[in-house]
Amino acid sequence: MTLAVDITHRLGAFRLDAKFEAEGGLIALFGRSGSGKTSIINIVAGLIRPERARIEIDGTVLDDTGHGIRVPRHRRRVGYVFQEGRLFPHLTVRQNLLYGRWFAGLRKPGEDFARVVDLLGIGHLVERRPGKLSGGEKQRVAIGRALLSDPRLLLMDEPLASLDEDRKGEILPYIERLRDKSKVPIVYVSHSVAEVARLATAIVLIADGKVAAVGPAQDIMQRLDFATLTGHADAGAVIEATVARHDAAAGLTELTSRAGRWRLHRIDAPVGARLRLQVRARDVILARIAPVEISALNVLPGVVADVAPYGEAIVEVRLDCNGEALVARLTRYSAGQLGIAPGVAIFAIVKGVSFDRDSVGGPIGGNGGTSDA
Amino acid sequence: MTLSPEEWTAVHLSLRVATVATLVSLPFGVAIAMLLARGRFWGHTLLDGLVLLPLVLPPVVTGYILLILFGRRGPIGAFLYDTFGIVFSFRWTGAALACGIMGFPLMVRAIRLSIEAVDRKLEEAAGTLGASRGWVFLTVTLPLIVPGLLAGMILCFAKAMGEFGATITFVSNIPGETQTLPSAIYTFTQVPGGDAGAFRLTLVSIAIAMLALLASEVMARFASRRLDVE
Repeated sequence: MTLAVDITHRLGAFRLDAKFEAEGGLIALFGRSGSGKTSIINIVAGLIRPERARIEIDGTVLDDTGHGIRVPRHRRRVGYVFQEGRLFPHLTVRQNLLYGRWFAGLRKPGEDFARVVDLLGIGHLVERRPGKLSGGEKQRVAIGRALLSDPRLLLMDEPLASLDEDRKGEILPYIERLRDKSKVPIVYVSHSVAEVARLATAIVLIADGKVAAVGPAQDIMQRLDFATLTGHADAGAVIEATVARHDAAAGLTELTSRAGRWRLHRIDAPVGARLRLQVRARDVILARIAPVEISALNVLPGVVADVAPYGEAIVEVRLDCNGEALVARLTRYSAGQLGIAPGVAIFAIVKGVSFDRDSVGGPIGGNGGTSDA
Repeated sequence: MTLSPEEWTAVHLSLRVATVATLVSLPFGVAIAMLLARGRFWGHTLLDGLVLLPLVLPPVVTGYILLILFGRRGPIGAFLYDTFGIVFSFRWTGAALACGIMGFPLMVRAIRLSIEAVDRKLEEAAGTLGASRGWVFLTVTLPLIVPGLLAGMILCFAKAMGEFGATITFVSNIPGETQTLPSAIYTFTQVPGGDAGAFRLTLVSIAIAMLALLASEVMARFASRRLDVE
């Protein structure tokens, strides 16, 4: 799917001036709170009337103020999953799910009810009323409801923001499955690096109402100005690795990626599954000589590709590890001591315990997957 | 306790007048409440005041205005008679009109409050799911304001059952045609030996009022349980 957006809009003192064209199964709009992400998707959904806009999805024009085109919101076929769910309290879960389906009725049957219910694991909820559901359940029903309205595009506005950590962990796998198994492209608004690192295939970085960068997720995540643009200390490269084997005795899982061999605490994924790892820049240690007798499990050889300042006393270093990018953050002092400069051979050291639930994604593409997948 | 045929007539007539007044005002009440709750237009305050006017005017004044406007020679009354053959003056339909006008502010107020309490984000969500404005109103807004509709209808009905001043001014006090419960009670109190009749009709009034209250309570509970607000 290609989404082309060109918007100028004023909201009080805030000025939105965003233009981008993004492609992918899950496009993440990423930026600080108040950077204008939600306004952009509200305009795409037709909830806000923009001063000037041109919105195009795969060649279909939804807005073109220059030519007086504005498709009313109920004819856009743009599904919207709101932060707070917004389920209809007077309808049962089943009626909520079928609400949009009914209006889509005359068109070809899109996503099948049973399939969506199964994909989201909400079969046991359909006869209940939304008031009694947990936050995570509500959000899954809201996703199902939007999917069943046969949308050409699904917008998600920080769907996990109102949930606690456990509930987030409960929903992320469903969104991954949605991204990989449903044909509906997703635009996902978030200010969480962990979510974007796990989910995004393409990223649009938004800062102060403007587009700071657009591109494939891995390219954007390894950018050295990523942390500066987004104000996130959690920045770091995202790599895709394959589960090679499990070491039950040691309680470790071994993965391989182009950069080399990774070992971390045991992950619940079958051998052969591909998954995403986010290697946070602040967790990467650099060494000029291969370390010996060191507790860190992951030592990967590479070459310094790029160095950029991050604030006064800190630099970020991009490494090329056999064609795969890693980012390390260190003090300017250390970088000077080590003589870090483009072209220098280096070893990246990452502790196995620095990976956690936020930085390890579920299997990609559903090949393999856990038993309930 | 048995009622005389005349008393039964008054009870029947009152119930009919109040029911018709309530049901006929309902669509107008919803429309005006919607306009007042959601609309932003010139004359908003004026309309608001106009709707509330019967609540603060002396009922006799309201009745007299109705008489001027809706009487056979009044501008609206003459038009309605010439075009549709509808007559209000000195008919039970006129009593229903007077009762409806008097109950209208109460009905609009209850419905308006419930419309203002509706989470408009739910309506936005319905729009993104493919519902046009009309469908959003029918499938989201209307079901969500059912408690307000019920409250408004009960208030209007109760007001209509008790309306006296405007009715008697507009359509007089004709037994079998415009003599509602309050008019009948009033008549009884004006004749010697009418105390027993007045007392009987008073008991009937109390019974009807209690039933209406009970019904509204039951319906409101049912509605709020169904909504089960998040």
